[in-house]
Amino acid sequence: MAILLIAEHDNTALKSATLSTVTAATQIGGDVDLLIVGSGCTAVADSAAKVAGIRKVLVADNAAYDHEIAENVADLIKGLASDYSHILSPATTNGKNFMPRVAALLDVGQISEIMSVESADTFKRPIYAGNAIATVQSLDSVKVITVRATSFDPAATEGGSASIETLSQVSDTGLSRLVSEELAQSDRPELTTAKVIVAGGRGMGDKAHFEMLDTLADKLGAAVGATRAAVDAGFVPNDYQIGQTGKVVAPELYIGVGLSGAIQHLAGMKDSKVIVAINKDEDAPIFQVADYGLVADLFEAVPELEKAL
Amino acid sequence: MKVLVTVKRVIDYNVKVRVKSDNTDVDLKNVKMAVNPFCEIAVEQAVRLKEAGKATEVIVVSMGPQNAQEQLRTALAMGADRAILVQSDEVLESLTVAKVLAKIVEEEQPGLVIMGKQSIDTDNNQTGQMLAALTGMSQGTFISGLEISDTEAQVVREIDGGLQTLAVKLPAVLTVDLRLNEPRYASLPNIMKAKKKPLDTKSPADYGVEVKANTRLLKVEPPAERQAGIKVANVAELVEKLKNEAKVI
Ligand SMILES: Cc1cc2nc3c(=O)[nH]c(=O)nc-3n(C[C@H](O)[C@H](O)[C@H](O)COP(=O)(O)OP(=O)(O)OC[C@H]3O[C@@H](n4cnc5c(N)ncnc54)[C@H](O)[C@@H]3O)c2cc1C
Ligand SMILES: Cc1cc2nc3c(=O)[nH]c(=O)nc-3n(C[C@H](O)[C@H](O)[C@H](O)COP(=O)(O)OP(=O)(O)OC[C@H]3O[C@@H](n4cnc5c(N)ncnc54)[C@H](O)[C@@H]3O)c2cc1C
Repeated sequence: MAILLIAEHDNTALKSATLSTVTAATQIGGDVDLLIVGSGCTAVADSAAKVAGIRKVLVADNAAYDHEIAENVADLIKGLASDYSHILSPATTNGKNFMPRVAALLDVGQISEIMSVESADTFKRPIYAGNAIATVQSLDSVKVITVRATSFDPAATEGGSASIETLSQVSDTGLSRLVSEELAQSDRPELTTAKVIVAGGRGMGDKAHFEMLDTLADKLGAAVGATRAAVDAGFVPNDYQIGQTGKVVAPELYIGVGLSGAIQHLAGMKDSKVIVAINKDEDAPIFQVADYGLVADLFEAVPELEKAL
Repeated sequence: MKVLVTVKRVIDYNVKVRVKSDNTDVDLKNVKMAVNPFCEIAVEQAVRLKEAGKATEVIVVSMGPQNAQEQLRTALAMGADRAILVQSDEVLESLTVAKVLAKIVEEEQPGLVIMGKQSIDTDNNQTGQMLAALTGMSQGTFISGLEISDTEAQVVREIDGGLQTLAVKLPAVLTVDLRLNEPRYASLPNIMKAKKKPLDTKSPADYGVEVKANTRLLKVEPPAERQAGIKVANVAELVEKLKNEAKVI
């Protein structure tokens, strides 16, 4: 049994979601090979080779894989698949984009966003926005799986000594090309790995008032997140969204401000260790999951909290 | 250019689902069902393309039980021209759905297939990508913006780091995110008109597709419940608890 794991990286380093996926792979068992695919991504290989638990690092560095264009990446992975019993990737927007394409090319299903490994073919995954947990067994010869990173601890970044192999084959379907990318620039921690998150909802009122949370977050060394309502209203960009259709987070401390706690939002944050809610409506559903609830007007409570820290 | 749209019958998004006491599945008895919210956005986008003169015909497809007709009628009332129900009472996994859709694509030759990015029941987020693979089409997933030219579609994709714009060759499969548009409500006259629009009923076998299980569902459980917490009286008490009790700051 051998596992091919597709790395999430930014051309300089592995993303933490990859390390969590390595842990999932180790729990499945067998040799784990890590594929780094992209354009200008060779630099990632050296640090990847040191990750504990990796047998071999495969590098596919070519312009055709720039921004991990799904059609080309899926074609490449299909070509490698015959050596493996499992193909894994973190359930990032990259993984969610190319992995189902890989599965269909191999004529197998995909098990999406697993949160635990029960055995080499059986996994738990959330359904209905996390309101039910399904245990599913794969009946396919090759198991194509995406992994929910917050459900697995990251593997150690030191201690491994994998070999590095450069792949020469190039898959270029010519079906899609990148036009542009608008990436958020921030000095704050990334939402999906932050230890502390301050999240705001529609109750923040407008874009200018939402910025109150930035100051609070900076005091706590926190990332800033939001509900869909806050994103739709234009307070913050889409990459802030936490929930069923946004990011899944599990920080040590989550502070939700002026948000009601809709099931679709809870789906993305209810595995946080400690949940704090600040809302002026004492019946807001967020209080049902909050460890500490403060019924207050946020425009008074947030500045006060910031001062008290 | 024909546009093919898919709609899935799912539990209404306002309903909190319950797990059956024998842990075999969720309980969908007497639960309100609706069009998957993402599929509604897909239908809206297709109808807008027709209104803009870019699409000639909007065909809507659903796979599922006979009463998935209700969701097809909703799509017809929103402005789709005709519907195909691929009827089956079996469990339809994404790969099977994608295989049937691939056959329909072969028959209808649409310039664009528009689907939801995920269904809110199984949250798989995979059927569109699978269809793209099976037909060799390009894919634009999780889109919140769309512009069509003669040979390609420019799509704005919502990705983890922000937004990405891709040019994908036509024909293409697109899967839509929530911010692409706001779907219209069907008016009463349009609901009446929709009852007369053509709806074909087929079976997976008509398309030569065998309904196959790629997975086996062993168990469905409720998620771990969180212990209810406490209400604090003021900010000072909150800070004290976070420091001394929870020890997270
Ligand atoms: C298919 C689908 C997918 C979805 N996916 C997501 C998702 O991924 N993530 C997500 O977040 N949502 C998602 N939603 C939307 C979700 O259903 C809710 O609409 C949304 O989460 C509500 O956001 P909110 O809590 O900010 O707003 P509201 O529900 O309007 O809550 C605002 C809260 O602020 C409080 N408030 C107002 N003013 C003050 C004040 N001055 N001081 C203190 N409190 C105040 C109010 O009491 C209220 O509780 C999805 C919906 C659908 C249909
Ligand atoms: C609790 C539960 C347990 C299940 N267990 C099993 C099991 O053990 N074995 C099994 O085989 N299946 C099982 N299923 C069903 C199966 O997993 C899904 O219905 C199937 O995978 C379809 O994928 P999806 O709708 O999640 O696709 P997604 O990829 O999430 O959907 C994306 C889009 O594809 C389109 N689409 C998907 N399905 C259809 C459709 N039927 N008609 C029209 N458009 C569609 C829609 O536009 C949708 O927005 C289970 C479902 C539930 C709710």
